[in-house]
Amino acid sequence: MDFKNTPNIDQQGLIERANRFKSRSIKKEAKLSGLKLALSMIDLTTLEGKDTKEKVKQLCMKAVHPDLELNVPSVAAVCVYPSLVSTAKKALKGSGVKVASVATAFPSGQSDQKLKVEETKYAVNEGADEIDMVISRGKFLEGEYNYVFDEIAMIKEACGKARLKVILETGELGTPDQIRKASDIALYAGGDFIKTSTGKISQAATMPISLLMLEAIRDFYYKTGEMRAMKPAGGISDAKTALHYLVMLNETLGDQWMSNQWFRFGASRLANDLLMQLKKQQSGFYQSADYFSKD
Amino acid sequence: MTKTDSFSLKFNDGWKYDPAPESIDHISIAEQYGLFINGEFVNSEGSKYFKTINPSNGDTLSKISEANKKDVDKAVDAAKAAFKSWSKMDPSDRAKYIFRIARMIQERAREFAVIESLDGGKPIRESRDIDIPLAAAHFFYYAGWADKLEYAFPGKNTKPIGVAAQIIPWNFPLLMAAWKIAPALACGNTVVLKPAETTPLTALKLAEIIKDSGLPKGVVNIVTGAGKTGSYLVEHPDVDKIAFTGSTEVGKLIRRATAETNKKLTLELGGKAANIIFEDAPIDQAIEGIINGIFFNQGHVCCAGSRLLVQESVLDEVSKKLKARLESLIVGDPLDKNTDVGAINSEAQLEKINSYIQVGKKEGLEMFQSNSKVPSKGFFCKPTLFFNVAQSSRLAKEEIFGPVLAIQSFRTVDEAIEKANNTPYGLSAGVWTDKGSKAFNMSSKLKAGVIWANTYNKFDPTSPFGGYKESGFGREGGVHGLKEYLILENQEG
Repeated sequence: MDFKNTPNIDQQGLIERANRFKSRSIKKEAKLSGLKLALSMIDLTTLEGKDTKEKVKQLCMKAVHPDLELNVPSVAAVCVYPSLVSTAKKALKGSGVKVASVATAFPSGQSDQKLKVEETKYAVNEGADEIDMVISRGKFLEGEYNYVFDEIAMIKEACGKARLKVILETGELGTPDQIRKASDIALYAGGDFIKTSTGKISQAATMPISLLMLEAIRDFYYKTGEMRAMKPAGGISDAKTALHYLVMLNETLGDQWMSNQWFRFGASRLANDLLMQLKKQQSGFYQSADYFSKD
Repeated sequence: MTKTDSFSLKFNDGWKYDPAPESIDHISIAEQYGLFINGEFVNSEGSKYFKTINPSNGDTLSKISEANKKDVDKAVDAAKAAFKSWSKMDPSDRAKYIFRIARMIQERAREFAVIESLDGGKPIRESRDIDIPLAAAHFFYYAGWADKLEYAFPGKNTKPIGVAAQIIPWNFPLLMAAWKIAPALACGNTVVLKPAETTPLTALKLAEIIKDSGLPKGVVNIVTGAGKTGSYLVEHPDVDKIAFTGSTEVGKLIRRATAETNKKLTLELGGKAANIIFEDAPIDQAIEGIINGIFFNQGHVCCAGSRLLVQESVLDEVSKKLKARLESLIVGDPLDKNTDVGAINSEAQLEKINSYIQVGKKEGLEMFQSNSKVPSKGFFCKPTLFFNVAQSSRLAKEEIFGPVLAIQSFRTVDEAIEKANNTPYGLSAGVWTDKGSKAFNMSSKLKAGVIWANTYNKFDPTSPFGGYKESGFGREGGVHGLKEYLILENQEG
């Protein structure tokens, strides 16, 4: 695979297409099922230096039972640092909610490859079902595409049965063309998911960038017949935006991708806005934010 | 079967959107409309009426007056009388009226959008986001020129022509009225406008605005009717300028009818535009451009990209992606906010489109339509693709004016240019390539009035629009659009 010849992207056209999804009007049953689906796709995330076991346990409770009064699904996964994986694993036992762990010197990726592999193995041994790795953006921008490719393949191997999410950190890659290239590298190197962002820099997920990544997944599927998953992360904090993303997914990849097996939202604040909207659909009234647990 | 054919996406049983119809409670349509002559709504002398219907369900919306010869005479007389003072009015005062009309359209934008979709069948998304805002933008743009004409044409004296007879089509009713009326008024002319018989309502609503704006009586007159009304207007001896947008067939009749007269004429007629996709194009964005090029407004667009020319090396990929894209196009109720493709404007037009689909089938061409459901009532046509269309096919030669795309392939740049130009029309073209030099080379060799690069169907009041060959002559929009409504004389120096 020659990654110098990935497809061209026209940025204006890309933005225009992404904006069209926002003009869809999602009402009634479609809204209700969309809100629930979005909730079930969340990777509830805490990635802070001040994270503690108690904090993670609370988050796990929220992940399993986002709201005790509403009939709503659990979220897809809880995403933590490697040192908190075992805590999360215990708290989520039997719930079906996955444990995801960041690895590979998250968020910068600036470390030795051996250490990245070791860190990945450590997280998997602690019980992580999914690994969120970061690509080496420095190497990518140096044009060392094979290095980036090999590193992803190496981490994939270290994952064993765990599914691998490859974070491109699109805000650091510059142009849509570059992001398409990085997407193709990640997909062909064996990434199970491609993910937009770490959430640690200001430009996180956007709809146009997520669209071009979905199109990379589609093209990969057309060529290989293998389905791969997508995870926009960071900046998606309200239900309306989440529904726009689902419209985009629905109309770009179609029916088969409409589950948390193939799509995730990396978000921490989104869950409560979805719950607020779901409660409004049920009662007809918006409730104060104070009625929703802040975990 | 190539490898890319084996895996396909599914768009049938997933997440379906509930109906999201735009409310129609806030609009009012009268049971019957008169003609707008000399600042008043008046009954037709002949008292003959025809129905205007909602093409999405066949319901009658209103009864419309059919203007006869006497009515047209009255309208032209009113315009001629009004010309005396309107043409001499301080241009900045003329501008004020035009600005006022623009603002009033904006204020009533929602009402206009709903009526446009009800009467014409176009999706509310388009009438709301494109037709009505653009119509207002044309009035704003030309209002700005009214007192600056001497700067538009340095060294020339600018004089209005007189009474402009303007005949507009049914595909963009209000927008075409704006394209015609705004520059005519800015230049100091007076107007008799005839909207199309299937879509007269927004023009009559515009008449209400014109009345409320306080525009001097007779400056704009609106007469409704079909071809006969149009011919009275064209043949009227006091008409000084004719601006027609419509079919090439009628355009030719008008040109014959105005031969040996002193009437100035602009014609904006049919098209059979080539949308050209090179292998280095941004393919996914090109797919959107192809879809927008042919399915925008159900393909009722004179500049529609109705011939798709794809470089052979990417033909498979483009074909596969186009088919998948068709599956997520929503065809249905024009007033639903999620509708992408609305109703065909009239039964006659639907019959015409269907007859072309039969032609394609008879020619043995590979046809593709999506699985999307189409309402059983009303005039609807599924978006349709025909593959491997030969240059000699009627589908590649004739204007269908519907959601039917003829797909052809080419191998080299020269072949693309030759095929694109091999048509009696010459209104527009699209070029998709990542290479700027290629786009500019193409744009200088394609015989078309408008050429879009890496986009399609983009309109702006500042940009001139018009055709080559049988697509007509004259330009609308931009500074060029002013020239068509002025007599330019050299300044004595």
